[in-house]
Amino acid sequence: MSVQITSPRFKDNAKKALADAPLQAALSKVGPGFIGRRAAAAEKLPEFEALRDSARDIKNHTLAHLDLYLERFEEKVTAAGGHVHFAVDAAEARDIVTRICRDLGARTVTKGKSMISEEIGLNDHLDAAGIEPVETDLGEYLIQIRGEAPSHIIAPAIHLNKEQVEADFRRVHDHLAPERNLSEPTALLAEARGELRQKFLMADVGITGANFLVAETGTSIIVTNEGNGDLTQTLPQAHIVLASLEKLVPTLEDVSQLLRVLARSATGQEMSVYTTFSTGPRRSEDVDGPAAYHVVILDNGRSAMLAGQLREMLRCIRCGACMNHCPVYHAVGGHAYGWVYPGPMGAVLTPSLIGIEKGANLPNASTFCGRCEEVCPVRIPLPKLMRHWREKEFERHLTPAPQRFGLGVWAFFAKRGWLYRPATRLAMGALALAGRSKGRFSSLPLAGGWTSHREFPAPQGGTFQAQWRARKAAEAEKRAARTPEAAR
Amino acid sequence: MSSSRDTVFASVRRALGVNSKEAPRRQEVADRIAGHPRGLVPARAQLPQAERIALFRDMVIAAAASIDHLPSTDDVPAAVAAYLRSRNLPMTILRGADPRLGALPWEREPTLDVWIGASDGRQLAGLSHAFAGVAESGTLVMLSGPDNPSTLNLLPDHHLVVVQADDVAADYESVWTRIRDRYGAGVMPRTVNWITGPSRSADIEQTLLLGAHGPRSLHVLLVGQTTA
Repeated sequence: MSVQITSPRFKDNAKKALADAPLQAALSKVGPGFIGRRAAAAEKLPEFEALRDSARDIKNHTLAHLDLYLERFEEKVTAAGGHVHFAVDAAEARDIVTRICRDLGARTVTKGKSMISEEIGLNDHLDAAGIEPVETDLGEYLIQIRGEAPSHIIAPAIHLNKEQVEADFRRVHDHLAPERNLSEPTALLAEARGELRQKFLMADVGITGANFLVAETGTSIIVTNEGNGDLTQTLPQAHIVLASLEKLVPTLEDVSQLLRVLARSATGQEMSVYTTFSTGPRRSEDVDGPAAYHVVILDNGRSAMLAGQLREMLRCIRCGACMNHCPVYHAVGGHAYGWVYPGPMGAVLTPSLIGIEKGANLPNASTFCGRCEEVCPVRIPLPKLMRHWREKEFERHLTPAPQRFGLGVWAFFAKRGWLYRPATRLAMGALALAGRSKGRFSSLPLAGGWTSHREFPAPQGGTFQAQWRARKAAEAEKRAARTPEAAR
Repeated sequence: MSSSRDTVFASVRRALGVNSKEAPRRQEVADRIAGHPRGLVPARAQLPQAERIALFRDMVIAAAASIDHLPSTDDVPAAVAAYLRSRNLPMTILRGADPRLGALPWEREPTLDVWIGASDGRQLAGLSHAFAGVAESGTLVMLSGPDNPSTLNLLPDHHLVVVQADDVAADYESVWTRIRDRYGAGVMPRTVNWITGPSRSADIEQTLLLGAHGPRSLHVLLVGQTTA
């Protein structure tokens, strides 16, 4: 599912999303819930802003020494009896996982939520190899039975309503009594718990992602609220961790700093319910736990990001705050972005991983309002990095011809102030005159892209430059008037 | 396989403009790991012990768990029996081999069946002994092993956890110090579980519901007076 890339069709995707009433109803709940909870959690911890600086610095330090921390991590996992596998790309990561499963004779694999699994399209690959993958995070389970991709990195089924979930459960759980009552979310949750409990207990291999990898101890960490990832990795005979390069952190103290900003930024919790630190396989005296422990470390284009300003994107800890606060995400949802990572972080990461040729629409799907950067727990300058991709797009002549032409015309005037000022004054005056009765336009030549979705306000007052000059002049006058008093 | 490893490392080094042999870089990384400096630890829990315990209790409740404060470990069996009775649960509980739990006066509760071992998912109630509590967020720190098998943290519907008042730390960093003291530098038990409240999910229409895949209820038995 997830490897299907529709990012080049972003505009069509967005149009469809805007006309999808159930989706719009679901999306209307994204902002109100997440934004208030994060703000309240940040408010409650006086050190929160300083912790964001600390989190940024830890990630910067780690990325600058990533070769050495990777070496140390590998050493420690091996010393604890586990195995580390490096995968250059998605295909190699899929093959490594499939080989481990085959060697164990695995038939059923339970899975904790993993964006890397989505990125490499693991489920289809396992299916094709005759191994049944079972997603155990409730949201991931819902989209798996619908054959969809996640629409949010921490709330994968945020685009669905409970009636859709009920219909899917009746379709898929057809061994249960058809007359059962599933009208309440509690009943849906109880049914999923019962169905998945069986899967947990019979699975041969458990696959999870990793929120962090700790170099000091060779530890992988997952953070969940449901406990699904924890059951996934505890019950089967083998635990496979899927992680990308940039999940490394130096020490347990460092990861504690990052955990203090992760849950608060994501869901507004003080701490997620389960934070599980796993180091190697079952010990000789243990009475439970997996007998084998594998960590697959995926590059897939990330090492190249270390070289330039995109390195900043590798600080991302996947909290989802940027999309929770994004007006564009609120309007179109995650599927419109057309690949695995939606929202502002996806608008920067997707072109980095699948190429600007396919991902060019995404960094353009932003008003640069800056809310994403304002809430990012590791202070990634997301608008700056989106602008980086817009520049690359222009440099590589990927920008559509009419847009390039329009920019050329604008640049011609903008570079000639003596022409720009009268021209804008004239254009503004004409628009103000034409729109003076209604104060807005419902259609306008050359602005169909804007007016087909919303009205265009008629300009009021002078041009920006004229207003700016007037304001500066007024300020200078005020200062001049104050000076003699101050001197007395 | 080793060639992919080489490719990844070569690519990382090329992008960083390093060869991994630079002595100052190696020293910086070695120092960071050996020194594991504490970063910014919130002031919230840096309190005298009695107040720290009170904060722990408040945070446990805020995370939707329940808590009993018992004067002594000898009171644990009666508290377990009372919990099961109040929820109309069978008088049966599964625990690990932890000698601290083994030493309790279980004979005072003759109607209570206490079993020892890992959970296979058929038990309604499990009992564990925490390694530590963290006042900052009301978090319990559980270590895997035969004393307290990890399955007990996750499979039973009701998870009861004993934590000694003296083991309630202010912050996570203090717990890492204790774990290093026990296991040695750079060594960890197979699993360390931080647990903050009972299992939950908000995946259906963002409605928060308790009891997703793990325990529906988490009950903390905080034991003993503070000594400081």
